[in-house]
Amino acid sequence: MKGAISRGGFDYRKSWHKFSKNYLSAVGLGVVLLVAFVAIFAPYISPYPSHAEFYVNYPEAHEPPNWVHVLGTDQFGRDVLSRIMFGFRYSLMMAVVVLSLVVPPGVVLGLVAGYYRGGKAEMVIMRAADIFLAVPPLVLALSICSVLTPSVFNAMMAVSLMWWPWYTRLVYSISSSLRNEAFVQAAEIAGASPFHIIFREILPNCLGPILTKMTLDAGWVILIGASLSFVGLGAQPPTPDLGTMVSEGGKFLPELWWISMFPAMTIVLVILGFNLLGDGVRDLFAAEAV
Amino acid sequence: MTGQLLEVNDLHISYKVYEGLLRVLNGVSISVGEKEKVGIIGESGCGKTTTMKAIMRILAANAMVAGGTIAYKGHDILRLGRQELMRLHRTSMSMIFQDPTAALNPVFKIGDQLQDIVRYSEWRSSVPNKQEVRTRAVELLKSAALPEPERILDSYPFQLSGGMRQRVCIAMSLASAKDLLIADEPGTSLDVTIEDQIMRLLKQIVEERGLSVILISHSIGAVKGFVTKLYVMYAGMMVEEAPTEELFSNPLHPYTQNLLKAVPKLTGGGVPEGIAGRIPSYLTITDACRFGSRCRFAKEHCHINAPPAFDVGNGHKVACFLYGGS
Repeated sequence: MKGAISRGGFDYRKSWHKFSKNYLSAVGLGVVLLVAFVAIFAPYISPYPSHAEFYVNYPEAHEPPNWVHVLGTDQFGRDVLSRIMFGFRYSLMMAVVVLSLVVPPGVVLGLVAGYYRGGKAEMVIMRAADIFLAVPPLVLALSICSVLTPSVFNAMMAVSLMWWPWYTRLVYSISSSLRNEAFVQAAEIAGASPFHIIFREILPNCLGPILTKMTLDAGWVILIGASLSFVGLGAQPPTPDLGTMVSEGGKFLPELWWISMFPAMTIVLVILGFNLLGDGVRDLFAAEAV
Repeated sequence: MTGQLLEVNDLHISYKVYEGLLRVLNGVSISVGEKEKVGIIGESGCGKTTTMKAIMRILAANAMVAGGTIAYKGHDILRLGRQELMRLHRTSMSMIFQDPTAALNPVFKIGDQLQDIVRYSEWRSSVPNKQEVRTRAVELLKSAALPEPERILDSYPFQLSGGMRQRVCIAMSLASAKDLLIADEPGTSLDVTIEDQIMRLLKQIVEERGLSVILISHSIGAVKGFVTKLYVMYAGMMVEEAPTEELFSNPLHPYTQNLLKAVPKLTGGGVPEGIAGRIPSYLTITDACRFGSRCRFAKEHCHINAPPAFDVGNGHKVACFLYGGS
């Protein structure tokens, strides 16, 4: 009978069913897709693209939300909505760059430490990770950024430097338990090389948690990036970074609340979106109860 | 019998744990000849699997080889370099695990896993092309009596039944076992009818291919019709060694006698009494006979010294003071 054993392959409908069991994950996916769309097409869809960078129009400054400037204007007369749309670009770039710098080395170190459990490699890698984890992340990033010239690039480097141990820890905990699984031993007695065992036997079994953590982390990286910009160690004005906008607009609180509140609320929205999406990704990879 | 393929001599292995040192194996010796079928029986936790893992050199990181040698085809396994060991694993010896579900990587199709093994089973001589590898994988599955091998290559482990998974594991081990196959309780995690099928299949394959086999089991019935020589292990010692027929007709060690009596019989007589007591803790073990605390015949010196193996003729050896010594 054909189909007694279903053919292997990716079943989109089943995956969507697992993912959307919790409808909030679908909301999260929607928010993230929307933010990504806006970020990519900001120059075409924002009402005043030229307001993103250096631009001055004092006659229209300090306008509260109205039909011309939906989210109001800031102290230089720039449209807040347009700047937020461009701000998404910096936030997402921060997340993408940091995660792609952090995940590969973090994962590889974790795999190596887990595979050579009880050896010198484990000792060196995990203690180094512990040292990085012992310093509160924001404090470390702040100190690095304050030594270097404040810029978006340096903020990314600083966040990357303190983020890898989380992946090392996560992957280490999975790989060191998989290390003793029978299928790893079976590979060993079939004469598989350590390289094969680490990357073809152990790594594919870690992918679910890694992807889940990446999704959740995207939100946190954006938050840290915004925090650095907020204290003036990340993106510099007039860059339309959400954190910079909050800190600049903060001077005008509480009367001109829209200048800082709207960027702050979008930071919340983006982080919430990534967190909800992360929950969905976790459900997607969760083992099914049979 | 030509030369011995595998010779384990006086192997001592301990595990370092928080509580101290678990002295598990205490002088285990096994010899397996070319094309010889050897069985090892003993209750759970008596060191059968540890011995096999030592032969394969896949012991856990906290295991310590305190003494003894393992000679395989003229190689000193315990001192073999990484490359040489890998070569032996790929081309000469293999092992079938107790639980086929755990022994297959859950995220890959059977075909991917099996073909990897096929590809590397020729040690760097010639890399076979894709089609050859697939043909060979299909042949292996067929020789393990699996129907529709093409479909199985495209399945994930969880899509197969337990018996099919164990057949897949057998097929995988056949790719690299050209001399020695270790079967570590290959039927234990399956139900009895499937276990019987698997054992028959294994026997047929082994005889066809002329492999040497070490079959581990705690079910006496399963090994009886399979192997020609039997070792009985108890708490990390080899207590008795004899040709199968000889062991069943003339068990000498008190433990073996009890073990044979403990098998329930269909012909009545109720549930047998079993053996009182349990395996001593490996943590507090002494130099005395390890079966001493459960042995009806134990004398004073049994609680002081461990008996060496006494040869009683007919290839029958027994480690008990009843048959020699002081």
